[in-house]
Amino acid sequence: MTDVMDSEAVPETSRADWQSDQEVRWCPGCGDYSILTALQLLLPDLGVRREKTVFISGIGCAARFPYYMNTYGMHSIHGRAPAIATGLALARPDLDIWVVGGDGDMLSIGGNHLIHALRRNTNMNILLFNNQIYGLTKGQFSPTSETGKVTKSSPVGLISEPFNPISVALGAEASFVARSHDMDRKHLQEIFTRAHAHPGASFVEVYQNCNVFNDGAFAEITKKDARDDMLINLIHGEPIQFGSERQFGIVQTANGVEIANVSEVGIESLLVHDETRSDPSTAFALSRLAKGPDEPTPVGVFRAAVREEYASAMSDQVMGVTEERGKGELKDLLHSLPTWEV
Amino acid sequence: MTDLEEGSKVEAVDRVIIRFAGDSGDGMQLTGDRFTTASAVHGNDLATFPDYPAEIRAPAGSLAGVSAFQVQISDHDIMTPGDAPEVMVAMNPAALKSDLHLLIPGGTLIVNQDTFEERNLTKAGYDYNPLEEGEDLEGYRTISVPMTSLTKEACKDLGVKPRDAERSKNFFALGLVSWMYSRPTEPTFEWIDERFAGKEQIISANKAAFSAGHVYGESAELGDQRVVVKAAPLASGTYTNINGNTALSWGLIAASQLSDLPLFLGSYPITPASDILHELAKHKAFGVTTFQAEDEIAAVGAALGASYGGHLGITTTSGPGIALKSETMGLAISLELPLVVINIQRGGPSTGLPTKTEAADLLMAMYGRHGESPLPIVAAQTPSECFFAAIEACRIALTHRTPVMLLSDGYLANGSEPWLLPDVDGLEPINVEYATEFNHIREDGEADYWPYLRDEKLVRSMAIPGTPDLMHRIGGIEKEDGSGNISYDPANHSRMVEIRAERIKRIDVPDVEVVGDPDAEVLIVGWGSTWGSITSALGRVRSSGHKVAHVHLTHLNPFPKNLGDVLKGRNHILVPEMNTGQLSLMLRAEYLVDAKPISKVAGQPFTAGELEQTILNYVEEKSTT
Ligand SMILES: Cc1ncc(C[n+]2csc(CCOP(=O)(O)OP(=O)(O)O)c2C)c(N)n1
Ligand code: SF4
Ligand SMILES: [Mg+2]
Repeated sequence: MTDVMDSEAVPETSRADWQSDQEVRWCPGCGDYSILTALQLLLPDLGVRREKTVFISGIGCAARFPYYMNTYGMHSIHGRAPAIATGLALARPDLDIWVVGGDGDMLSIGGNHLIHALRRNTNMNILLFNNQIYGLTKGQFSPTSETGKVTKSSPVGLISEPFNPISVALGAEASFVARSHDMDRKHLQEIFTRAHAHPGASFVEVYQNCNVFNDGAFAEITKKDARDDMLINLIHGEPIQFGSERQFGIVQTANGVEIANVSEVGIESLLVHDETRSDPSTAFALSRLAKGPDEPTPVGVFRAAVREEYASAMSDQVMGVTEERGKGELKDLLHSLPTWEV
Repeated sequence: MTDLEEGSKVEAVDRVIIRFAGDSGDGMQLTGDRFTTASAVHGNDLATFPDYPAEIRAPAGSLAGVSAFQVQISDHDIMTPGDAPEVMVAMNPAALKSDLHLLIPGGTLIVNQDTFEERNLTKAGYDYNPLEEGEDLEGYRTISVPMTSLTKEACKDLGVKPRDAERSKNFFALGLVSWMYSRPTEPTFEWIDERFAGKEQIISANKAAFSAGHVYGESAELGDQRVVVKAAPLASGTYTNINGNTALSWGLIAASQLSDLPLFLGSYPITPASDILHELAKHKAFGVTTFQAEDEIAAVGAALGASYGGHLGITTTSGPGIALKSETMGLAISLELPLVVINIQRGGPSTGLPTKTEAADLLMAMYGRHGESPLPIVAAQTPSECFFAAIEACRIALTHRTPVMLLSDGYLANGSEPWLLPDVDGLEPINVEYATEFNHIREDGEADYWPYLRDEKLVRSMAIPGTPDLMHRIGGIEKEDGSGNISYDPANHSRMVEIRAERIKRIDVPDVEVVGDPDAEVLIVGWGSTWGSITSALGRVRSSGHKVAHVHLTHLNPFPKNLGDVLKGRNHILVPEMNTGQLSLMLRAEYLVDAKPISKVAGQPFTAGELEQTILNYVEEKSTT
């Protein structure tokens, strides 16, 4: 049924066509608004149909996202969105599936589903809004909260060390891994466009400000006048360079990567960014560069490698077996074990 | 069967129960299974009971490692694999030690004499050889056969390695028992050729061992032990021997065809449910997608995602997996999406008895979720009926847009029986309709789509992603009836709770039929896999002159509409179940009747004999008081 329609031109849409009639209920000033706006403004340009677009989320502030999109959507249960999306993607490879959730949703309760969704590489775009806090439950630490953080559930300071979501995704050998932040619409849109175009599971970490429970968590690196010195923009095929004068660069060392002064090492010794490397080790090293969002931090696409997409491989198997044996007949199935007549 | 005429002394019996017992590595399940198939093809009615340990290879020769397969074959209709075996094959001392007490007095015992040496005897806890000393074997007809050495001898000119030759000793036992019961040889030889294709040495060793067993029987020593069980006068048609998990898998495929929806199975391996995953994975040519997920939560989540996309979403597991899936079942109840959750019950709690049967998850199915979250429950009653139970569960899920729990158990899953194959063209189609048009007019006069508008059965409208114009959002937060928009309104929540209960009540389920003596004072109410044992037991109770009635439930939520009337006014309601009284609790709560449980929680099904005794005791005590 869908093939006929897809051959027709996708109708022109505007931002308003992608907005649902539901009132948006995030706290005023929440970073989630700017991510929503960026995507609603972008979708008309992606050449996709609203009815073929599905947003699946877990639970959390971020996970309210589907309610605000005039597409199909499911606000499911805490942590399980990648699993539900996997079933939908396997059943319906014709759909454009987005998964949205917070750092607690995707890295704590749903961590297992996230890593396996990335490992399997089923076609979906996974957006993790990282605010380094549990927003919806009013301010407990999350698996991305920094050591020592004082929250309602860690009044004397958080003991454990945080997950680095990009490292986790690369550890799961995700085929597309990127980072952006809620203060730069254009960058967000570039990254979302890339994630959407990527065949397989795309993972995008978005630094998102929770102005109520963790205000300013990323301000040191995302505020306008800090960005040049604190954000390291990864551009495929180019030497990795940053700084207001592009005076800093990244060089590879025996143990990974480090920041160097371009004037000292020379531009030719800088690491040239290659998203497509099949070995994720260099991307992983880049993800370890900043210990937290108070040091120069890479943003952009860490990895965009070609790996077999799971849903199409699965349907190839189904079609292959069907071709080889012919379409299954129930009657033959019932007679497939030894039978006898009475 | 031609062998029969040649044999001279052949005793005819109407039924026999045989138990093959040995070490896990002895191939007893295979032996039992082969004997069963040969008997099925011979036309006997039969029922099987594989009884094996949880450990894949418990230490060889140990009591923990004993694996057994019991089969009853008969010339008439039977419902169970039988209570006590009349013939037992014991391949080693541990098998003898652990299972001898099951053999009836005077029963025939066939032992592999070669294994009764010191090391094995010690492992089994004997400080003497029971074949030579002691009184263990008194009162049995013992046939001691050096199976290992005879098998090795038979293989000696085949160039088979001695170790491989020894492994074929189960085929010696099979050959011997096949001779005793006049089973034809050819089907087994054909099967050996097929099963071990490409492994010529193994084929020749197995055949040589089988023939050696057969010849051993023919030789003078056993001349008077030959028995025949005639074919049973079963309804005419084509039969196959089927176990519950296979029948259930096929039922799911049938439901997929009847509803014209692709089948999606999300599963995570767990005994005794894994075989459904294995079986369905083989049938991709039916458009089946099987997804082995990272855990049970992902498995049910993926099944729900597939349902949401318009496929037939199914998840299979056992009790521990159900515990993990319960939050997602709650979501499916809130979303009002179809989903079939299959629980092949096993002994619990926790890991419990993974390979042993129990039916103690009924209350979990009924009440084991947070909030008011009712869902329909269907239970299979025999291995072959798992086929129809699966179709019924899918039918309810798809036509009522609800998660359904289908209960089977380890006994049904692995037990087998002959099945008169149904006419697939006679199966009723499952009509599933998805919304394609606006169904509501807004205040401003514009048409729009409301996902929670309902029909007279309170089934909501469902538009699947991809449907133009009907974009909408659903979620686990309480929603306004009709529009489906988030609503925290107190009155709306009460109404939604009521609707979710009422729409389950409005599901049509067939009335129960009272069998036996419908007006009897004593009524036995059963559910699930106890059907066979209850039916056999009641046959005996009735033939000893007592009146009893029986109803058997395949629908546990909602209950059949006539159940209340059937129970009303009866003072003597007995409920045999493989738990401590879960159905009786539900009947008491629902109908205010004095339903008394008859419990068994031993990891073993009820035998007809023990049920007969319990019911007889009750009936007799009742008439004296
Ligand atoms: C099974 C379960 N456990 C706990 C909760 C409570 N809960 C809701 S959201 C949440 C954490 C939200 O944090 P995050 O995922 O980072 O999202 P944010 O609100 O920060 O966007 C928790 C613990 C729940 N809804 N379900
Ligand atoms: S609590 Fe924080 S994350 Fe949640 S809506 Fe408010 S500002 Fe946003
Ligand atoms: Mg958060």
